[in-house]
Amino acid sequence: MSGFDWIVPVILTIITAATPLVFAGIGELVTEKSGVLNLGVEGMMLVGAVSGFITALVTGNYFLAVAAAALAGAVMAFLFGVLTLSLMANQVATGLSLTLFGVGLSALMGQEFVGEPVSALGKLDIVGLSDLPFIGPILFAQDALVYLSFVMVALVSWFLYKTKAGLILRAVGDSHNAAHSIGYPVIAIRYLAVMFGGAMSGIGGAYLSLAYTPMWAENMTAGRGWIALALIVFATWKPGLVLVGAYMFGGITILQLHAQAAGLNVPSQILSMLPYLATVLVLVLISKDESRIRKHAPACIGKIFHPAA
Amino acid sequence: MNNGGGTPQLELRGITKAYPGCLANDHIDLKIMPGEIHALLGENGAGKSTLVKIIYGVLEADEGEIFWAGNPVKIPNPHAARKTGIGMVFQHFSLFEAMTVTENIALGMSGRQDMAKLAREVVEVSNNYGLPLEPHRQVHTLSVGEKQRIEIVRCLLQNPKLLIMDEPTSVLTPQEAEKMFETLRRLSDEGVSILYISHKLDEIKALCHKATILRGGKYINECDPTQETAKSLAEMMIGTNLHAPEHSAQPEKGPVRLKVNNLNIDADIEFGVNLNTINFEVRSGEILGIAGVAGNGQIELLAALSGETRSKDASAISLDGKEIGQFGPNQRRNLGLAFVPEDRLGHGSVPEMMLTENAFLSGYSRMSLMNNGFINKGNTENYAVDIVKQFDVRTPGVNHTANSLSGGNLQKFIVGREVLQKPNVIIVAHPTWGVDAGAASFIHQTLINLAENGAAVLVISQDLDELFAISNRIAVISEGRLSVGRELSEITIEEIGLLMGGTHGMGEKTEAAHVT
Repeated sequence: MSGFDWIVPVILTIITAATPLVFAGIGELVTEKSGVLNLGVEGMMLVGAVSGFITALVTGNYFLAVAAAALAGAVMAFLFGVLTLSLMANQVATGLSLTLFGVGLSALMGQEFVGEPVSALGKLDIVGLSDLPFIGPILFAQDALVYLSFVMVALVSWFLYKTKAGLILRAVGDSHNAAHSIGYPVIAIRYLAVMFGGAMSGIGGAYLSLAYTPMWAENMTAGRGWIALALIVFATWKPGLVLVGAYMFGGITILQLHAQAAGLNVPSQILSMLPYLATVLVLVLISKDESRIRKHAPACIGKIFHPAA
Repeated sequence: MNNGGGTPQLELRGITKAYPGCLANDHIDLKIMPGEIHALLGENGAGKSTLVKIIYGVLEADEGEIFWAGNPVKIPNPHAARKTGIGMVFQHFSLFEAMTVTENIALGMSGRQDMAKLAREVVEVSNNYGLPLEPHRQVHTLSVGEKQRIEIVRCLLQNPKLLIMDEPTSVLTPQEAEKMFETLRRLSDEGVSILYISHKLDEIKALCHKATILRGGKYINECDPTQETAKSLAEMMIGTNLHAPEHSAQPEKGPVRLKVNNLNIDADIEFGVNLNTINFEVRSGEILGIAGVAGNGQIELLAALSGETRSKDASAISLDGKEIGQFGPNQRRNLGLAFVPEDRLGHGSVPEMMLTENAFLSGYSRMSLMNNGFINKGNTENYAVDIVKQFDVRTPGVNHTANSLSGGNLQKFIVGREVLQKPNVIIVAHPTWGVDAGAASFIHQTLINLAENGAAVLVISQDLDELFAISNRIAVISEGRLSVGRELSEITIEEIGLLMGGTHGMGEKTEAAHVT
């Protein structure tokens, strides 16, 4: 037993590293399934992170903090929606600006709070079960957001593939012209999908500032928003695979930290590059099989919808 | 059918719809009786699409009233239209390619559905009306004919009282079209009214009880199409006399200009079609027509001929005796090969560029539009202006972008651009797609003249009437294979239809659906 004592803490840290990716990924997946490409995930995560952090610091209520993060992310996404859906601006350019805007806005909001401590989001102790050896701490003593992340993946999966509303959302992403001519309100549906994506990104960001490292630092997402975007391609737009991918990338992030701690004789910068290199590598491998992507990718992604005259 | 008095199923009074700069519908009246098959006729831009979109609630009229079985109704959106009892089959299908047949049908119905139950209903209704469908197939794997069946079944499941069909047969083989007419006649017998839009006048004469003719957004006439000839109908539509394209008595055939010899190309995309040992030749002075249902290798054949896909074997394609199989598009152009691709926007033209620029891109070498690598602006503009004038392209000016033109006008521009380059060989896909009757006959005559002046012309089209009007020989492409080209005098439309059908008709695979 003693030789494997390190496994439980490693798994626990992988879970905390993966959870923000799960939230941001599943939210953006819904956005993209409706045919909208929002590259502003990083910006929405940051604004969510700082809003959640400030709320937690001021009120001490973590439920309110998470709600504030979701709201902040949704407001950012709404802004994106106004620009791209109503004013028909280019989605790629707008998404990139949203990220830059989010970086600046979150820095401004968090200026006075840098370095202030909050206590980490409490772990739920499921009485009896959390004391089980090995699986106890992993499965039954996580914070509420970890459980919520799994619930969200299941919910999104159920929504997209088992409900009529989900079918309509996918239809809008597949052919907005057909959806419009049948009589579905394409723009309204996309607003909802985009705002859901924003809210999830906000919660993902808040997980960083409330649980992963309970503090606020400028730019603390450190590229996780981009990894979340890459995850969706990796997952070929399937909710279940987003979860798998998030844990894989989370795992690589943590393993490199542990490798650094263990004093592996490799420059630490190279190790820090690993998750990003892995992202690029996986994307290249996945993209080789074009047909796989084509089958599940929303056909209208990134295209501006002009209601037919 | 109920021709006499009684209450019309649908009546329009004074429907008016204006767009900035154009009055699409100008006080249009229309009456459709229960069980009547009513044709709506008119040229491109006559206002047919606008009118049916108003009936189906996609657009709202500025003025006018709609009566449904005698009562005034408002149809603010398609959901309301379906609730009223109106179904519509769109010209460009409103289908979702990445979804199954059942999912597509569920999307076209209001309210919630039990998918398993719906799948059973689909099988039942589709077999009942002779429109077999497999409920769990993904739409992108289906033929165009099958896709249309989805649209029709989707309407039928909601028991419509009025079915609107916008150019339903433009994509079907003659056999598939005949099947569809049987279904429509049966619906008509059951009391369903049908509003039928088509450019195929023979079809309308055979199918429809009444016809309303629109021109320039205005109501022109209502007539009984069975009492008219195709020519008189066309003349009512365009408002002037129509000239059928004419060949000079005995076409002179010269030497072989384009020769394709055992051309094999493997499709590089999924759902693409492999070209399988294609052989044909086109002589100077000759027009060879290639018929076929879309998606049987036409796109791949065009790409191989234009040089977008190069063949492994240089001798697979020769132009005036020169082996060009491995040449790129520009080299082929320089040798006098011109092409009008299938896809006008994005393939035949750069949508965001001006007409002058689009003219330059294709014609710069043969029309000498370049000075030491610089664009000769004067010559380019003259060339573009010539195209616009000679081919009656309606545009405010040659400095407008390609995507500002309507489909038919852009088609005229692209055909004109290629024809004015005086090609030795010209390859044209769907020369009159979306072009109205008057302009179509002009393009046909231009191609005939080009051939008579010594060019070899290859026309790829789905429109058999067009191929019969202009070709000397016709071959059929089906699943990447090309039939032997046969002289016009020794082949009938029925034979071509059978060749076109290939495996795309109502095949055995649909029998499996009965079992479940």
